Amino acid sequence: MHISEGVLTAPVLIGGAVLTAAGTTVGLKKLDYDRIMTVSMLSATFFVASLIHVPVGPGSVHLLLGGLLGLLLGWGAFPAIVVALLLQAIFFQYGGIVVLGINGLNIGGPAVLCGLFLSPLLGGSKKQLMTAGFLAGFCSMFLSALLMAGALFLSDQGFLHAAVILLSSHLPIMLIEGLITMFVVSFLARVQPEILSLTTRK
Amino acid sequence: MIEEPFARGTTFLHRRDARVKIIPAVIITLILALTSSFLVAGTGCVLTAILLSLSRPSPRLLLKRFCTVNIFTLFLWLTLPLTYGGDKVSPFLFLNMSLDGIRVATLISLKTNGILFCFLALLATSTVASLGHGLEKLGMPRKLSFLLLFSYRQLFVIHQEYLRLQRAARLRGFIPANSLHTYRTYSHLFGMTLVKSWNRAERVHQAMVLRGFNDTLIPLNQPQLCRKDYLFLLTILLISFLLAAIPFFR
Repeated sequence: MHISEGVLTAPVLIGGAVLTAAGTTVGLKKLDYDRIMTVSMLSATFFVASLIHVPVGPGSVHLLLGGLLGLLLGWGAFPAIVVALLLQAIFFQYGGIVVLGINGLNIGGPAVLCGLFLSPLLGGSKKQLMTAGFLAGFCSMFLSALLMAGALFLSDQGFLHAAVILLSSHLPIMLIEGLITMFVVSFLARVQPEILSLTTRK
Repeated sequence: MIEEPFARGTTFLHRRDARVKIIPAVIITLILALTSSFLVAGTGCVLTAILLSLSRPSPRLLLKRFCTVNIFTLFLWLTLPLTYGGDKVSPFLFLNMSLDGIRVATLISLKTNGILFCFLALLATSTVASLGHGLEKLGMPRKLSFLLLFSYRQLFVIHQEYLRLQRAARLRGFIPANSLHTYRTYSHLFGMTLVKSWNRAERVHQAMVLRGFNDTLIPLNQPQLCRKDYLFLLTILLISFLLAAIPFFR
């Protein structure tokens, strides 16, 4: 679920925008024109992931896969996620311009963090690879939900209960994200392992 | 299917340059997002609705977008009146509802929908391509506008690839359920989409280098700002200024 416009207060919005701008700048710096096509393609694929609905209990949720993008791109995930969010805003009006900053931080920040900490595991054994995949999916989703709840709470203390409900309702989604990221990573390791060494390759 | 239905049209708003729509869109969104006054939010909502009606959107589509955005508002309406502190009212015998909670939910609904209308009227009436070039001219980093334009270009292709894989899975009798098998299948479908798009990226990059790509993109039509564009920008900026100044007049 995205935070729509009009919910958050100015300090939270500005803080989010500043941090996202900083993250995007770092990401763009680390990105040269030779890799820009690959990152664009992954950004588009990330957008497509959000259209994939997987069944959970009686309903269904759409995938986010921020953790996967972080694993594959490292810092480059930040601009990729911002672009994908901007496209979502334009195509479906999920989120918007002013909340782009905070939404970018909520999804991009955890993605980059997971990527930085977990991508060294990708070169290891199959078990390490699977663990890295699961943790990246699970933790990035957990941190995203936590940041989103935090942003709501910082905007208005009255949002506390709503934020708690939001956080706990994301638990099954975290598990699914973890599982799917794990399977995707092990699939990539078998089919096209060079995708996984994108961050280490120069 | 992914498409830009609002960008099709020939109304006054559709014909304006992307730049003169991006600037007021950001300003109006900021005003509405940051206000805590009911009057500003309400007036803004009405004004942006009028603006939106100028672009003559299809009612069915409009309703669909309205519903998507208001899922979050609905979530707030369901939680805030029951959980927010402050004075309580009991419109129903057994239910204690917080007055402040209702107030906050109303304000947020007004703001959210005002911003939605503004977005649909000003930004959705341009294609992503012209928005991308417009943003670059307004000072967005070039690499970021590259990313935006390239992702936009490839989006449809990748979505088609995914749909084809999904169709193939369905033809082989795959029925999604709550099982590990389902999650693994979806992962493999998505993994295959990633592999395909990765290889496509390599090919496109090579093709671009072969054709002498030198890190610049040249848009096919380079619109010049005309007098109508300036007039539009001035009028809308004046109205937004008045909107922002409402609290100071009272």
